[in-house]
Amino acid sequence: MDAPLHVESLVKSYGSRPALAGVALDVGKGEIVGLLGPNGAGKTTLIRCVVGRVVPNSGSITIFGEPVGSAHARARIGYIPQEIALYPRLTAEENLAVFGRYAGLAGGALAAAIRGCLDWAGLAERSKEPVMGFSGGMRRRLNMAAGLLHGPRLILLDEPTTGVDPQSRQRIYAMVEQLRADGASVIYTTHYMEEAERLCDRIAIIDNGTIIALGTRGELVRQNFGSRGYLVLHCDGESASAHADWAAARGGTVNGASFRFPVSDPASEIAEILQSARAEAVQVRDLSFTAPNLESVFLHLTGRGLRE
Amino acid sequence: MILSIVRTGFMNLRRDRGALTLSFIVPIAFFSIFAGIFGSRNGGTDPIRIAVVDEDRTELSKRLVEALQTEPGLKAETGPTATKGAPPRFYDSRTAEAAVRSGDFPVAVIIPKGFGDSPIQFGPSGKQTKLEILNDSSDPIAAQVVYGLIQKSAMMSLPDAMASEGAKYLDRISGGLTSEQRTRVDQSMRDLRAYSESRRDEAAAGKAAGSASSKEGMTGLISAEIRDVVGENKKSPLVAFYAAGIGVMFLLFSASAAGGAILDESESGTLDRILSSRVTMNTLLLGKLLYSAMLGFTQLTVMFLWGALAFKVELFRHLGGFILMASVTALASAGLGLALASACKTRAQLGALTTLVVLVMSALGGSMVPRFIMPELLQKIGLVTFNAWALDGFTKIFWREEPVTHVWPQVLVLIGAATLFFAIARRLARRWEVA
Repeated sequence: MDAPLHVESLVKSYGSRPALAGVALDVGKGEIVGLLGPNGAGKTTLIRCVVGRVVPNSGSITIFGEPVGSAHARARIGYIPQEIALYPRLTAEENLAVFGRYAGLAGGALAAAIRGCLDWAGLAERSKEPVMGFSGGMRRRLNMAAGLLHGPRLILLDEPTTGVDPQSRQRIYAMVEQLRADGASVIYTTHYMEEAERLCDRIAIIDNGTIIALGTRGELVRQNFGSRGYLVLHCDGESASAHADWAAARGGTVNGASFRFPVSDPASEIAEILQSARAEAVQVRDLSFTAPNLESVFLHLTGRGLRE
Repeated sequence: MILSIVRTGFMNLRRDRGALTLSFIVPIAFFSIFAGIFGSRNGGTDPIRIAVVDEDRTELSKRLVEALQTEPGLKAETGPTATKGAPPRFYDSRTAEAAVRSGDFPVAVIIPKGFGDSPIQFGPSGKQTKLEILNDSSDPIAAQVVYGLIQKSAMMSLPDAMASEGAKYLDRISGGLTSEQRTRVDQSMRDLRAYSESRRDEAAAGKAAGSASSKEGMTGLISAEIRDVVGENKKSPLVAFYAAGIGVMFLLFSASAAGGAILDESESGTLDRILSSRVTMNTLLLGKLLYSAMLGFTQLTVMFLWGALAFKVELFRHLGGFILMASVTALASAGLGLALASACKTRAQLGALTTLVVLVMSALGGSMVPRFIMPELLQKIGLVTFNAWALDGFTKIFWREEPVTHVWPQVLVLIGAATLFFAIARRLARRWEVA
């Protein structure tokens, strides 16, 4: 069976500025792939290429084996843009009816799809109200529902939790997990690392138009940090600077009033470092242990410099 | 602090092209159009075009026709322009009336048989042959002006006849002149005639121009009957015209607003969502064109229904013509609205462009001031706007009561305009399709 999404050597430039420089990506059935990257990295261009709204300079994209833009491919894609792409004066139900018709639904199938999507988004009781009166979270949920009326099998979610409260965010997570449970494939674009860690089976990090890392969360951490974590000892300023040589001898660094030590075996190494600090009369006031996470990987790969 | 606020205002204005257009370009464009309409550049008005029919064909009637033709305030034509080599043709009372009915002339003057026998009559018992002035009552001023200019032309071209008739009148009320008085009067008649011929020659040589403002107290010496041949039975002569004029102008505003929905959709991301579904740009634009045209048709219908209820516009007598003209006018407006929206990037830009285009088109096309009172050049320029064609069509149906088949030029032009505007909109909308 053809993969829900197969992207190969995708190149797109706007004038002399490259937006995508040879992107390759596959998404399997029932898989959620997170797409992370700094602003201007090429995420939106990639998504718009998959939807058929941007024509690449070279490379290929197939959706369940069909080329982008074909009727078959269009019918299987559900695109949920980052913006609230709804008609604010229409009610939730009317909005769903409009987009359902645009997707080719009619009659009983349309009515059933509207009912199903309203339930899925938790908006059945507010279905007769104009969208302009909805909260940010309700609009987000309806925005998602409007892209899923025709039962797409490949869903492109572009930052679906931007600007919503924690309760709505949890609800959106549950909605996405339900999509996976139903066998749909999802590309999930976000700037929130914790939701990528929670939801995504694999994560692609894109920067300067290239996918620079791709794998599960664990794989990405291991590839970039091995099994290392960091022990941070917080001291008073004088004590930290007076014991810089001691820290360097143990592979640590001084950062203001703190020492930072790489740790591969926390159970034994942390105790050793603390005993040594006591012997050296280092005035430790507080300590913390940090295991590398997705954000560590992201910052490690894309740097800390500001982007667009 | 106040200066900082002023400075901020100017900084924002400099970057806001829409506000700049509304502040400076629209008023200047409007001023220029109305200055052109009301002739403020040369201080005068254009001559009135009239058809002249000489049924009398006497020496006196010929002299009057020649005087009307040299009168600077008139542009008198005795027949349609003949093709090269063909013999000249002349209007008769039937063709002149038809020419007024069809709107070719606002006024026609008929000099009836017998005019030369008794052109002027003094006193209450005078028996005089009256000229006939055929009038299109949509222009309420033209007939009165023509009537006044006939008096003036008669004074200038027929002074001998005036004096002769005056002498006859004096003769009649005074009991007769002596033979010596009679001889002097006859000599004066000859002198007057010689004077009038010399003036006619001067006028022909272009030397007598600019004397249109003469206001001698001779009004009514040439008797004439004004007859409305168009709109004679109308209770509210210009209401149908203004229903169409105002209707078309606001149709353009609402068509632009409806077309502008695509800008909202683009801004909100809805357009992306729509175009990534099964809807193509062709389908989308055609749908929007149809919606906007249906909205416009409904607007015009409401306007004319109100006109029928409140101002006795004869909507139901001309229902077929109304439906035809309203349909093609609404279609052309919808096309223009889409083209304007596709040319803009934001709603604010569209608002400014719409204000400029719609007001200029409406002013030139006759929605604000009837085109027949405009100078001839502006009337011709007005034909580049579809307002002018729409209003011509509505005027033919409601004012001239012409059959529906007579509006085919207007219908064709409006359908052509709709097609052109849609093609422009489609071309400009390519920027939304794929990058």
